[in-house]
Amino acid sequence: MRDAAVQHSYLDDGRTLRSWLLTTDHKRIAILYIVAITFFFFAGGFAAFLIRYNLISPKGLIGSAETYNRLFSMHGILMVWFFLVPAVPVTLGNFLVPLMLGARDLAFPRLNLLSWYLFMAAGVVALYAVVGGGVDTGWTFYTPLTSFYSQGHVIAAVVAIFIAGFSSIATGLNFIVTIHKLRAPGMTWYKMPVFLWSLYATSVILVLATPVLAMTLLLLAFERIFGIGVFDPAIGGDPLLFQHLFWFYSHPAVYVMILPGFGVISEIIPAFSRKELFGYKFVVWASIAIAVIGFLVWGHHMFVAGTSLYSALVFSLLSYMVAAPSAIKVFNWIATMHKGYIRFDAPMLYAIGFIGLFTTGGLTGLFLAALAADVHLTQTYFVVAHFHYVMVGGMVSAYFAGLHFWWPKMTGHMYPEMWGRAGAIIIFVGFNLTFFPQFLLGYLGMPRRYFAYPQHFEALNLLSSAGALILAVGYILPLGYLTWSLLYGERASANPWGATGLEWTTASPPPTENFAVTPIVTQAPYQYRQAEAVNHE
Amino acid sequence: MNFYVPSATVDGREIDFLILALSLVSCAVLALVFGLILLYMVRYRAESGVYRGAPGRKTWRFEISWTVATLAVFFALFIWGGDLYVRLFQPPADALQIYVVGKQWMWKVEHQGGQHEINALHIPINRPIQLVMTSEDVIHDFSVPAFRIKHDVLPGRYESIWFEAKTPGTFELFCTQLCGVGHYSMTGEVVVMSQPDFENWLSGGAPAGEREDLAAAGKELFTAHGCSGCHGEGGVGGTPATTGVNAPALAGLLGRSVKLQSGATVTADEKFIRDCILTPDKTPIAGYPQIMPSFSGQISEEKVLRLIAYIKSLKSGSRT
Amino acid sequence: MSDAAAHEFQFASAEHQRETAISGIWLFLATEALFFGPIFLSWIFARHADPSAFDVGGRRTDLTIGLANTALLIASSFAYGVGLALIGFGRRRGMVAWLAIAWALGAAFIGLKFGVEWRTELSEGLFPGAHFSIHGPARSGAQLFFAFYFFATALHGLHLLIGLGLLAWIIIQAERFTAENHTPVHVVGLYWTFIDVIWLILFPLIYLIGRAS
Repeated sequence: MRDAAVQHSYLDDGRTLRSWLLTTDHKRIAILYIVAITFFFFAGGFAAFLIRYNLISPKGLIGSAETYNRLFSMHGILMVWFFLVPAVPVTLGNFLVPLMLGARDLAFPRLNLLSWYLFMAAGVVALYAVVGGGVDTGWTFYTPLTSFYSQGHVIAAVVAIFIAGFSSIATGLNFIVTIHKLRAPGMTWYKMPVFLWSLYATSVILVLATPVLAMTLLLLAFERIFGIGVFDPAIGGDPLLFQHLFWFYSHPAVYVMILPGFGVISEIIPAFSRKELFGYKFVVWASIAIAVIGFLVWGHHMFVAGTSLYSALVFSLLSYMVAAPSAIKVFNWIATMHKGYIRFDAPMLYAIGFIGLFTTGGLTGLFLAALAADVHLTQTYFVVAHFHYVMVGGMVSAYFAGLHFWWPKMTGHMYPEMWGRAGAIIIFVGFNLTFFPQFLLGYLGMPRRYFAYPQHFEALNLLSSAGALILAVGYILPLGYLTWSLLYGERASANPWGATGLEWTTASPPPTENFAVTPIVTQAPYQYRQAEAVNHE
Repeated sequence: MNFYVPSATVDGREIDFLILALSLVSCAVLALVFGLILLYMVRYRAESGVYRGAPGRKTWRFEISWTVATLAVFFALFIWGGDLYVRLFQPPADALQIYVVGKQWMWKVEHQGGQHEINALHIPINRPIQLVMTSEDVIHDFSVPAFRIKHDVLPGRYESIWFEAKTPGTFELFCTQLCGVGHYSMTGEVVVMSQPDFENWLSGGAPAGEREDLAAAGKELFTAHGCSGCHGEGGVGGTPATTGVNAPALAGLLGRSVKLQSGATVTADEKFIRDCILTPDKTPIAGYPQIMPSFSGQISEEKVLRLIAYIKSLKSGSRT
Repeated sequence: MSDAAAHEFQFASAEHQRETAISGIWLFLATEALFFGPIFLSWIFARHADPSAFDVGGRRTDLTIGLANTALLIASSFAYGVGLALIGFGRRRGMVAWLAIAWALGAAFIGLKFGVEWRTELSEGLFPGAHFSIHGPARSGAQLFFAFYFFATALHGLHLLIGLGLLAWIIIQAERFTAENHTPVHVVGLYWTFIDVIWLILFPLIYLIGRAS
């Protein structure tokens, strides 16, 4: 703020390709990640679009079931490991963790760059697997289908996920150590913004769950190459062992996807309500509780898989317990809006959309946690709709909310507000139109991963595909106007939203070393003074 | 297009009640969440001059109350869902057993009377049916939406589900576990018929006596594969005097406790018998030298089922 | 003063940087522990399903080499510990000597494990597959045992090779380290000991359990 004009922005610190590819600046690495993530989002989205196209007709429109299976596998693999898991941590997280802490960089800047290169290497291998013919196992790689029966580039896909896993681990490790060791003077744990807390919880999961997946996939590859059965019953293995190990990672991974979203929303709701976050400590500890209990619920993916009755009962109970902290958060966000001075800029619209969609996704999770109801609903489109409400309706909305909120900080430009609001509304409408019919389809019994389906499911599928078209427009829109704003967008001031948080005390875009003087923190977060807020407009 | 298809089973109707309750809870919460958000969006928009009063005092009482309320509702739902689920694990003793084998990409069904069907399952109404299921290759999943049931079908294991249909008619059968390219085509139908119709269907026009039932087919296999050579005719067991070797008696085996050479005691269920036929090396029986050859690769899953049906039919008491 | 306490720009002091690096490596080791976790878990799980056949495999391993290798690794960690203590007193040459010993012991492990033990086992047809030489009832279980054996020892060996590289790098860079400033020596030391710990779990799984029953 003070001497923003004379400071050198991180974007001006070298303009060559080399200065970007060899940078260790967390802000530049975040930009590198945004480019990569955006590519994978649209690649995975394209697959989704073809899936919806195919399902317009009960007989399937793309000609072959093999192609269809490869499409949904590609969609799952790219979206889970190359978009949802990394999205918020590596982009917004990378950019903001040091800024919010009042630090100059992450603890291990070179490790940070390495994680980007690992991610890119993984991406290249994944694309090789896709272009070279793809895999048809689904993103869950169940054995023995994957280890012996499936054709296609299973090994390449597994290697890609293995490498991407180490990229995640590097990021998580970096965040944990940074948050422990690089907080500015006065930044005690309870003065940290919730975004940092949720990234901390996320990182714990990344560091402790990802290696389990890495090893499981390695064993799977070993089994496929050498024909020795750790997981295949025909040669002495146990297919349920694979499912246990897979979900031991993949369920916590769901929280990796959604927890950072919680963090983003916890920043935005107070900023646009001009009010302190309601129940700060409860929101914080809800994140930690989710991260911990999240490790103990993997078995709820296996209620019909042939596990024991008792394990099913325990996992059902624990699944309800992990849902409670999420409910607590929703109530706290709403309480934050109470008696606020609410403004409806695009980030806030996305955030409100997030609450609605995430709540719907969460509530339908209760159906699946109720054992007997799960028996009917699991493996159908009900599950597909449920996790898309959480992952896409929730997480992707949160990502867009955060991207719009911090866009001025990252680029130094404002995005066009009207377009931003339009995008938020189109996505909300398109999303509901796409996925709500799938709840009904699931209840009526339509199974997932079907290339063709009985006639009587046609109308709802058609509705869903029509919604997908709107959703696609909603996602392409930000790509257009955000790019436009880089060139023509209005210059952003240091704190265009009048928000609290250390990141808003430095220039937009921030200088390479983040802060001219290391800040000293004396206040709790979210100290919005309402009278001032009224004058702000 | 129908938005509600009534369940054809008793338990299915109860599951529908549970889903209805869940839907009501969800709608109430959604109405609350959306209602409050909309209310605040209008009432507390920045431009609105409405009096906000003193900033609300934050208190942990709110947090505790909504956390406790949430947990209470959750616990009730857990008990309800768990209770119904436990029932799915407890087939009545008089349930009619039917064998199902999944295979890329078809369902094969074997009735006790030896009738086979493919991608179809005919069952009588008002009678508990227990399906004993296994797979020849990958994991499949036997799902009948109208019955609100579903269970994975795994290779190398027998998984079982049961239900009692109350409505006659034809219902869809799906495989709901991705099992390869033809996954979407692994469908079929479940036909619920009245008891006389079912009897009629079972006899299939063929006069009784001409069709071999499962146990009789198993008996033939028992001889053809040389089982009787050691275990004796009728599975009475072998001694050096009768069959030349010591071999355990098989009559009345099912449900009995068996002591293994390792010292462990196991209950002889279908899976145990299957393992003994296919991989006898892994389960040597106490008191007998392990000389039985493996029949892995020589006997299909369906033949194994027939052998099991035969062994089940043998009356105990004829033990030596 | 400022020379001795050089630190990267995101840290407040050299001490701050050191503490951060040590936290980082501990967290990394936590990740590594969970990386190996599924092997141990599935190993024990698979043995439980077919213990006797697993033990037939276990008894075919070479206990002598196993014991020798365990001794080598423990000695190596000890040597590393001495080297680390010496640099704490500023005795750089002493550190280099002891680290060289640690390196040589580690290299001897690799030589014995892969040059001798693996080679013998491969020539005896113990690698799982069509040519697997254990026949009879225990064949499939023993095969699974050796699948785990080769998989786990290869992975452990890979970690050890990386460790040898890091050790060599420390020795080459020895000039940089002083009594106050030797964080990398400490960090690599933790990693080196960790490899040891993994081996101490593998050792009974491979050599002892099969012989105990």
